[in-house]
Amino acid sequence: MATEFHNLQELRHSASLANKVFLQRDYSEGTTCRFQTKFPSELESRIERPLFEDTVKRLNIYYAEAEKMGGQSYLEGCLACATAYLIFLCMETRYEKVLKKIGGYIQEQNEKIYAPRGLLITDPIERGMRVIEISIYEDRGSSGSCSGSSSTSGSSAR
Amino acid sequence: MHLGLDEPVRECQYNPICTRNSSSMETSGHKKKRTPRRKWQIFPGRNRFYCNGRVMMARQTGVFYLTLVLIMVTSGLFFAFDCPFLASNLTPAIPVIGGVLFVFVLGMLFRASFSDPGVLPRATPDEAADLERQIDAANGPSGPGYRPPPRTREVVVNGQTVKLKYCFTCKIFRPPRASHCSLCDNCVERFDHHCPWVGNCVGKRNYRFFYLFILSLSFLTIFIFAFVITHVILRSNRTGFLSALKDSPASVLEVLVCFFSVWSIMGLSGFHTYLISSNQTTNEDIKGSWSTKRAKDNYNPYSYGNILTNCCAALCGPLPPSLIDRRGLIQSDTPQPVSHSNGSSMYNSTQLHTHMAATTPLLHSDPVMMGGEGPTLPGKSSLGGPCASLAPSQPSLPSSMPGLGCAGDMLTLRDPDTHCHHHHFVSPEETPSPGPMPLTLPCPAHMTHGGHMNPAQLYDPASQDSLHEDSVRGLVKLSSV
Repeated sequence: MATEFHNLQELRHSASLANKVFLQRDYSEGTTCRFQTKFPSELESRIERPLFEDTVKRLNIYYAEAEKMGGQSYLEGCLACATAYLIFLCMETRYEKVLKKIGGYIQEQNEKIYAPRGLLITDPIERGMRVIEISIYEDRGSSGSCSGSSSTSGSSAR
Repeated sequence: MHLGLDEPVRECQYNPICTRNSSSMETSGHKKKRTPRRKWQIFPGRNRFYCNGRVMMARQTGVFYLTLVLIMVTSGLFFAFDCPFLASNLTPAIPVIGGVLFVFVLGMLFRASFSDPGVLPRATPDEAADLERQIDAANGPSGPGYRPPPRTREVVVNGQTVKLKYCFTCKIFRPPRASHCSLCDNCVERFDHHCPWVGNCVGKRNYRFFYLFILSLSFLTIFIFAFVITHVILRSNRTGFLSALKDSPASVLEVLVCFFSVWSIMGLSGFHTYLISSNQTTNEDIKGSWSTKRAKDNYNPYSYGNILTNCCAALCGPLPPSLIDRRGLIQSDTPQPVSHSNGSSMYNSTQLHTHMAATTPLLHSDPVMMGGEGPTLPGKSSLGGPCASLAPSQPSLPSSMPGLGCAGDMLTLRDPDTHCHHHHFVSPEETPSPGPMPLTLPCPAHMTHGGHMNPAQLYDPASQDSLHEDSVRGLVKLSSV
């Protein structure tokens, strides 16, 4: 990252929210958490398709891992039932652990890939696991509307 | 920034968005005069919260207390009057087993009653607007007097076509198996039914507790019934039937309570055992959604194929966390800069109108537009809970009213440790007082994509009306740019 992290307040003055794209859930495999990997048209000029699809696929893998029903989750469930679910006062459920991992992953992706391109991914847990919200930012310094247009003379706000 | 693509890429340079939460600037100076409010205090559904948001129940809890009293009184009488005799004459294991069962029953009851059943949070204004656009695009333009067709979306789940309905209250397309409970006014995931005995909805997150509760309660009822009868018989062998009844009058009451409740509780346990083994909800079973009577090739797409897997999935599967952050602190937003994009300018004026309208008391009334439907409950089950389906009384407005159903969101990334989110719910109970009002109105978070305004100063929720008016004027001015 060639740029330093600014205080969020300062950045608000230099970047403005232009649009938000929502990736909906994919219910083709049931009610387990999966998001559609369709590449939204608004992002075509902002980010490469493979990068984006990679992020979404990775998120789907993490969610599948959280909701996977296997030996470990059954053991956790039975142990919890045997202790009248008091055990969750001391330890986290597997789901919560994976959600933390997802939060870290999204933050890392934002820092490395999305923020430099003026995009921001919101963790789906904050939207009730309904959508992945991608906010599209524009540089305030550029004149007029930038979205979807061909290259303009961008005046850097630096 | 050249990405090496064929598509034209703008040459604007972007300042990267800071992905670390800068907390001090945002919250300083806002909360000096009032303690930080928690999100449960502005939750839009008709739920009651206790213990500072840790406990969540439905509004009507009278029947829950009845359940509790019945269980405790009957068990208490059993332990006080029958157990001494049985422990000394038969075995002390009886009160021990009874005690374990009793504790388990209460534990499961509390867990089922107090936890979040799997409530889906309502859509943010941005999401709602986005969905509206998609729906309007799909349906095409309609005349002024024309009532738009009910909004549905079809998805194919494991080979079966399932219709997703649009919830007018929550402004979302309900996921499969979710339903809107009209008593609690929430969409609940994997909605089973609203149980008045438990005082809460039964959904994805508390179904296993509910099932274990009725299962263990049926064991407890049978246990108490059997041993009270044993006690009376043993006593009457010694002293005669009538004097046995006189010696332990509580036994009569216990037998009556147990006799009348065991049928319904056992029936319910059996019914839910069947539902679990076939991976259906009460709702689906009543409607016959997956019955072969509907269509020859109808099958349940959610079932795993065998009974054991279905049971394990329902009872021992992973427990998803609550999607509504009840105990999170409400933080005031940072001001959002104005956007100049032309694609979203249509949102400017509509959002502004909705925000001006947000100050009116109209939004504080109970939501009349309840577009969801709860399950129609069977006559056979002893669960009351009339979740009648209500037709939407008004079509939702384009970029609809954010007041009751929206959650404004900060544009900062969430710091994993603190939930910095700002919800702008105006709960039906809240009267439009100057206090909370400034919170709801010009919060820039409501300005969805396109409508982002920039009050020059940081927004102070404790501000007086004059400041509130100022910012509104500022918003109007900026939006006309």
